[in-house]
Amino acid sequence: MCTAVADERASGAPGRAIDGGPVQEPRRPTELERIAIWFDRRTGFGRYAGTVLRKVFPDHWTFLLGEVALFCFVILLATGVFMTFFYTPDSRPTTYHGPYAPLDGTQVSAAFGSVMRLSFEVRAGLLMRQIHHWTALVFLGSIAVHLARVFFTGAFRRPRDINWVVGVGLLLLALAEGFTGYSLPDDLLSGTGLRIAYSAAISIPFIGPWLASLIFGGEFPTLDLISRLFVFHVMLFPGLLIAGIGTHLLFVFVQSHTQYKGGTRREDNVVGQPFWPGQVFRSVGLLFMTAAVISLIAGLIQINPIWLYGPFIPYAVSSPAQPDWYVGWLEGALRLGLPIEPTILGVTIPAPFIPGVVIPTILITGLLLWPFIEARLTHDRAEHHLLDWPWESPVRVATGAAAISLFLVFTLAGGNDVIGVFLNVPVESLTMVFRVLLVVLAVGTWVAIYWLASARRRRGEVERAVETAPGGIALRRTPDGGFQEVEGSPGGQPTQGGPPA
Amino acid sequence: MLAAGERLRPYAALLAVIAAMLGWWLVEQADASRAASSVGVTQVASLDTGRSLYLQGCAACHGPSGEGSAYGPSLVGVGAAAADFQLRTGRMPLSAPGAPAVRQSPAYSEEQIEAIDAFVASLGPGPAIPNVVASNGDLARGRQLYLANCAACHGATGAGGTVGGGFVAPPLDRADSRTVGEATIVGPGPMPAFAFDQQQLDDLAAYVELLHHPPHPGGLPVAEVGPVAEGFLAGAVGIVTLLAVARWIGRGAR
Repeated sequence: MCTAVADERASGAPGRAIDGGPVQEPRRPTELERIAIWFDRRTGFGRYAGTVLRKVFPDHWTFLLGEVALFCFVILLATGVFMTFFYTPDSRPTTYHGPYAPLDGTQVSAAFGSVMRLSFEVRAGLLMRQIHHWTALVFLGSIAVHLARVFFTGAFRRPRDINWVVGVGLLLLALAEGFTGYSLPDDLLSGTGLRIAYSAAISIPFIGPWLASLIFGGEFPTLDLISRLFVFHVMLFPGLLIAGIGTHLLFVFVQSHTQYKGGTRREDNVVGQPFWPGQVFRSVGLLFMTAAVISLIAGLIQINPIWLYGPFIPYAVSSPAQPDWYVGWLEGALRLGLPIEPTILGVTIPAPFIPGVVIPTILITGLLLWPFIEARLTHDRAEHHLLDWPWESPVRVATGAAAISLFLVFTLAGGNDVIGVFLNVPVESLTMVFRVLLVVLAVGTWVAIYWLASARRRRGEVERAVETAPGGIALRRTPDGGFQEVEGSPGGQPTQGGPPA
Repeated sequence: MLAAGERLRPYAALLAVIAAMLGWWLVEQADASRAASSVGVTQVASLDTGRSLYLQGCAACHGPSGEGSAYGPSLVGVGAAAADFQLRTGRMPLSAPGAPAVRQSPAYSEEQIEAIDAFVASLGPGPAIPNVVASNGDLARGRQLYLANCAACHGATGAGGTVGGGFVAPPLDRADSRTVGEATIVGPGPMPAFAFDQQQLDDLAAYVELLHHPPHPGGLPVAEVGPVAEGFLAGAVGIVTLLAVARWIGRGAR
């Protein structure tokens, strides 16, 4: 396995007897050491703690992005627990009486009423709600940038392909957490989102209606839905997330961390700071900074004003109606979907099925299986502990960039009504533009990035050849057939030429 | 050194342009004050004044007796409410046939609008201008009416939105009680007409008035278009700041 180039002085497991050297008066252990010894005698944890504390973390700021996601999850748990004290997961109607006059005396669901009380009557309740909601938006954002870092540096290659699968699973769970949480206030906006989700579910041929009925507890809207969403949101998904995050981190510990090329870093070592006393302070600092940045946003900027949206009424809808940003690409796929409903084997395929179910399934499956797809494409099944620079794998970086362009166009299309008003363009024209842009941009991005990355890689190969051949020179073949020495070549005795550029 | 005349020549040109613009502005002002004073003399919003203003500003498209033409719909039976709404919000008169009817400052004075209203009302029986009093309205009932009937196009926050076919539901931030009531019973443009009674109009106007300055207990409202703006901020402020923080904390990297 990997040898750690780390500060070994940090290895002193508490309670270990010190032998050798001139025998001195035995030092009286400090209070902290006595507590550690007390635990060690009962659990033997010192043996594991030493390993954990000496664990080496390579230095690079991009390795902190996953930690931002982890700390967002911690904030979500803390604020979420607070809110469960005041939330009523019940769709049954009650009459709202409270300080918000425009809703006073109105019939609302118990769930909506409890969120109104949380927002207007519970001390710091609205702040907690806003921190929770803003953190959820940032949580998914930090997962996205972490995923992009792992993807573009090839950190998912063997042996970490298994952890990539765990990570994509965590992303899907986070999406599910976000969507169910967004729906819990039972307001008009989120109710519209649930109706769309229900419609996508019943659009699945053959099994759709049964599946939707099973999940929603009948035909939408159902009285059971809010209480089920609550169980999903506060128990099932968080439980799975905690287990998944544990697994994700366990793999990081067991497999050692990847690192960028350069310096003393090799495939068979890990260069960086030990967990204690190096990395732990960075991480704690990052936790506090994450909480501070999000709290600042949440304390100053209002989010999801459910009192303006009002309670969910099945016959009403407000506009503009969008989900939170991370579901926007699904909304956009539905808005760009073609209005065709073919009949196959006597079953009509409803229009939402292709954009709402098939395309997301294909994209998510592609993301999940990418390490294995790439291994098959490149025939590279070796272990990798050094990271690639993005251009070193043109196919990978081109595919990733094209996927991002797809995501961006879908997301923009999800807000086509808002953009239409903003740009003063009819929404129908915008939809047609996005349909074309979706394909053109994805293909164009793939070709352009592939070409750029290939050029950069060739340049890198020449540079490496020059560096690794001391005394050699690198030659470039000119278009008219001559040879030319590559600039920066050390020169000297021409033993063998570098690879042609 | 340049001769004084050479140096001044560009300034002279500039001065000439400014003088020309000033002259044009003065002529415009004189026209406007003549138009205003002509109303001042008449004072009373009479049918005759309305008819003459109508013939000058409206008849080209709507026809000399409101029968309509290829450029504009018939105004027979639209009532004073429709005319008042269109004139008061500056949507009419259009600068050219086919130009979009958008909200702007009204082209006519209060008396002139009343005169044209009276003339249009005389073309045929139609809805009169409702007397909407927001302070008589009930906020809770108004909120329910608004969310059920108006929010689908004008948005839950009254920020406006798109309704398809190139049409846009305008924001309601400048809609006063009178024009809210008129638009509701008339249904201008693609908007449907609603059969609300007096109390319902008052309730609705009260809630639209609240939406001019809705409560923001949570802090700064973000553009009032919901998750699109919120998601943008989460990325542009939240994620960007945290990337900078990570870069800063991880700055020891070599």
